[in-house]
Amino acid sequence: MTDAQAGPAGPAEPELHRHFDATIARDQRIEPRDWMPDGYRNTLIRQIAQHAHSEIIGMQPEGEWITRAPSLRRKAILFAKVQDEAGHGLYLYSAAETLGADRADLTERLIAGRQKYSSIFNYPTPTFADVGVIGWFVDGAAICNQVPLCRSSYGPYARAMVRICKEESFHQRQGYELLMTMMRGTDAQREMVQDAVNRWWWPSLMMFGPPDDNSPNSAASMAWKIKRHSNDELRQRFVDMTVPQAEKLGVTLPDPELRWNEERGRHDFGTPDWDELMRVIKGGGPCNAQRVERRRSAHEDGAWVRQAAAAHAAKQQARAAGRQTPGPGRQTPAAEQQTPAAERSTDAHEGAAV
Amino acid sequence: MSDDHVYMTLAEGHDDSDARWAFGTGFEDPLHGVDTTVPAGVDREDLAALCLALGDDALVSAQRLAEWTTRAPELEEEVALANIGLDLLGQARLLYARCGQADGTGRGEDAYAYFRDPDDFRNVRLAELPNGDFAFSVVRLLVLSSWRLAHFERLTRDPDPVLAAVAAKGVKELAYHRQWAAEWAVRLGDGTEESRRRTQAALGQVAPYLGELFSAFDVRDEVVAVLGQVTEAAGLSMPAWQPLPGRGREGRHTEHLAPLLAELQSVARAHPGATW
Amino acid sequence: MSDEQATRANWPLYEIFVRGKRGLNHVHVGSLHAADDRMALTHARDLYTRRNEGVSIWAVRSEHIAASTRDEKDPFFEPSADKVYRHPTFYDIPDDVPHI
Repeated sequence: MTDAQAGPAGPAEPELHRHFDATIARDQRIEPRDWMPDGYRNTLIRQIAQHAHSEIIGMQPEGEWITRAPSLRRKAILFAKVQDEAGHGLYLYSAAETLGADRADLTERLIAGRQKYSSIFNYPTPTFADVGVIGWFVDGAAICNQVPLCRSSYGPYARAMVRICKEESFHQRQGYELLMTMMRGTDAQREMVQDAVNRWWWPSLMMFGPPDDNSPNSAASMAWKIKRHSNDELRQRFVDMTVPQAEKLGVTLPDPELRWNEERGRHDFGTPDWDELMRVIKGGGPCNAQRVERRRSAHEDGAWVRQAAAAHAAKQQARAAGRQTPGPGRQTPAAEQQTPAAERSTDAHEGAAV
Repeated sequence: MSDDHVYMTLAEGHDDSDARWAFGTGFEDPLHGVDTTVPAGVDREDLAALCLALGDDALVSAQRLAEWTTRAPELEEEVALANIGLDLLGQARLLYARCGQADGTGRGEDAYAYFRDPDDFRNVRLAELPNGDFAFSVVRLLVLSSWRLAHFERLTRDPDPVLAAVAAKGVKELAYHRQWAAEWAVRLGDGTEESRRRTQAALGQVAPYLGELFSAFDVRDEVVAVLGQVTEAAGLSMPAWQPLPGRGREGRHTEHLAPLLAELQSVARAHPGATW
Repeated sequence: MSDEQATRANWPLYEIFVRGKRGLNHVHVGSLHAADDRMALTHARDLYTRRNEGVSIWAVRSEHIAASTRDEKDPFFEPSADKVYRHPTFYDIPDDVPHI
């Protein structure tokens, strides 16, 4: 994919382009059927797909702990959280499909290593404290990144982000709450928390991407209002937000250069290891191969199931078309779901709903 | 952002109806506000045993469903499988809580889940068998949810008000589980040669464990009728079955339960005195 | 897995419309993939209503939606004016067609 805007320009293209630019300038949303430059479309597909892949791959590091969560309450919370991530991935793939991308194709690209996901999910989760720190740091960083995207210039993306952001704040809170509980526990638990903080702090800062002077795609994304803040600005926000939370929790952030700068009114902090980020992005992180392999095997192992469902649907259609005596799986073509039970339940809940 | 209000409106309704969102669900005290006094005339020992058996079925099933996470055949089914697992986990928690009140020990849910050994578990063995392929998981869920739904429908009239309330909540959930499993069984049975073969094989694997389900409660005819209806719609046949010897309800399990519990209990047992 | 199988295994795209409460219109909330109508409704209930039983859901195959053009002055009777999304890659292209 390329960001080149050039293309075979129809006679009306300059006018369409002016109209597009004016829509962006007025801070209005671009919608799926609107004319848009190829570069805008391709940048969006790349960004949204990467975001969707991150949600789906991001299920893995935490998902490993659902079966081992040390209380039933934590098990339920974590199970629900990982389920939310699947839902977020689906919202985002849905937004990407409005641009003409095809989800199966995007999945193939992910599995083939031709599309990326957030490098943070290539780090391992050796202890249960990692579940808490992922909620606190990784979901916290995601919120910093995503809240501005609720105002992204592309309508379907912005709308997906509204839904996602509401749930991400739950996710961050549950992570922080788990860590607070662990810090009130045994010495071993406190050590687990500090150890997880030490391991996740720098990779979390890298989540915002390379520094602005070395971020090739940022400028165009900002101009098109796909993105609304620079990588460095978002990273700074995250640090400023997290430092007081760390103090309250009683953990130390592993950065000797971290201190309040009175003059700037913000925190100074050290430089992440950008070589490490590039290594992980290029596939050299501790878990890259494992993460993609899991996604690949789930997709391939599920192929016979997806084929079976498609074959059944085709047979049903053929039966309906042939007006044959209904065979296996007689079903009413369901255009609308409104069972009597659902009706009753609507009445029952109407009063309770806000 | 005039177009965003629509989404806010959709989401608004959920904020107060917390059962709908995975997160707002009352994780703290599942029986808050319910009169938990065991009524006179209810046999505490029987009530505790029933809650424990049904709780163990639910917990072990939820654990198996959780193992599907990141391995489902399509992303939409990740969400569906997790819904079912979360429902069953919620049922287990309510039933353990009631068990602790009925047996007089006052134990909490985690005492039952994390600090009992395999031969103290009372789940049926069908629940603990490994997931196998998607066809096996679907067929197993079809059997277990049909049985559990029939049983819970009866329990809504139980003399113990807490168990009746738990059952009433569970009936809605189980009806969805059964529907999901039945629809998939039909799709797989009717779909391709491969899916048909796998699903028929799954029925054969499940059949020997059916006898154990029906020995304790009188819902056999109802469940067999449901299975007959679904297998017919799927173009499959329910094999004749010989009940296996042994009883999960008596704590005699397959070799698969111990590793399942070892994983489930590993962190909790590694940190005595910890709070989570 | 052969290409043919891969194609057959792809479930079609559905657009989902939800009426959150009585008195409101159905509102488009997004899309999903499903093999058939019934599965589309089940998935929609899971994904877009979080199993809220009180809502009404419509599921429509994306390819069955006719859409007007918002910005462009397409000529009348122009065939592409009836798709809900407008990009060429939205349509199925066999893998063996080069350079598309």
